[in-house]
Amino acid sequence: MKKSKILLNGIRDGVPIGLGYFAVSFSLGIIAKKGGLTALEGFISSFFTRASAGEYGVYSLIAAGGSYLEVVIMCLITNARYLLMSTALTQKFSPKTSLLKRLAVGCMVTDEIFGISIAYEGYLEPVYTYGAALISTPLWALGTALGIIAGSILPVRAVSALSVALYGMFLAIIIPPSKKDKAVMCAVIASFALSLLCSVAPYVSTLSSGTRTIILTIVISAAAALICPRTDSEVNND
Amino acid sequence: MTNHYTFLYILISIAVTNLIRVLPLTLIRGEIKNKFVRSFLYYVPYVTLAVMTFPAILDATQIPMAGAIALVLGIIAAYFGLGLFPVSVICCLVVLICEFIML
Repeated sequence: MKKSKILLNGIRDGVPIGLGYFAVSFSLGIIAKKGGLTALEGFISSFFTRASAGEYGVYSLIAAGGSYLEVVIMCLITNARYLLMSTALTQKFSPKTSLLKRLAVGCMVTDEIFGISIAYEGYLEPVYTYGAALISTPLWALGTALGIIAGSILPVRAVSALSVALYGMFLAIIIPPSKKDKAVMCAVIASFALSLLCSVAPYVSTLSSGTRTIILTIVISAAAALICPRTDSEVNND
Repeated sequence: MTNHYTFLYILISIAVTNLIRVLPLTLIRGEIKNKFVRSFLYYVPYVTLAVMTFPAILDATQIPMAGAIALVLGIIAAYFGLGLFPVSVICCLVVLICEFIML
């Protein structure tokens, strides 16, 4: 496939991501405002971090007058899942992909960009990820800036509807492989069940959702890898 | 506000967040041979997205029921092979309609 076509595919798949981002980052902007960020600061911060939970944590810290060290720790914990995602992505590149392109894709990793990049058929073409980031990143940054400026002008109904766009996209990524591979289906069902359990269980439910996500991801993926290890032939078919 | 500079906070968060993202890509260049690690990494994306979707989708909407219906219809749409964008649009419309009826 031509590079320009792949780029367009990336942009197309980046649209729902961008729409969902816009709604989420708008509400993030309202929190950023409490931290005293200007619209420009919010735009720059969101453009270069693209970390919903991480940004939420940082803006809350700024609002509370937290220390720089606290910001570092907050970023490490809330974004630790990106470490797992980037590690998974290392296996998704063609051996020919240059380090520079790998790093560029790495910097673009968000939950959603990772999701569609890992679902890419065969080796990941970096331009696909660039395309998705090209459309979604400005919307994420713009949403934050507008949230800071305009507070709550977007009708609640619209925010409510837009906020599920992200989840719809997640479903479109996890359901088709579940159909093909029973082990994935079991892992997905276990993830739903345990995630629900951990959101209501004592102690664990007080952890931030970012922390719960990383703990559950490690535990369930490790269990799945032990119970249903992938044979080499299966792995090569990815 | 204290005497901390907002921009310094932002620079720190940009540096740390992106460092986490690129670190594995700098350290791991080749193919991982270990069967457990390969299997583990195979499951990571599905598990992490599933964990983030549910029950969070119930809290994203004004009424949890709207999120629940969007979840079910989204799963059905994805099961029948619809892509990222159509499934997302279906979920959004379902919430819009449900909340229009129920609120």
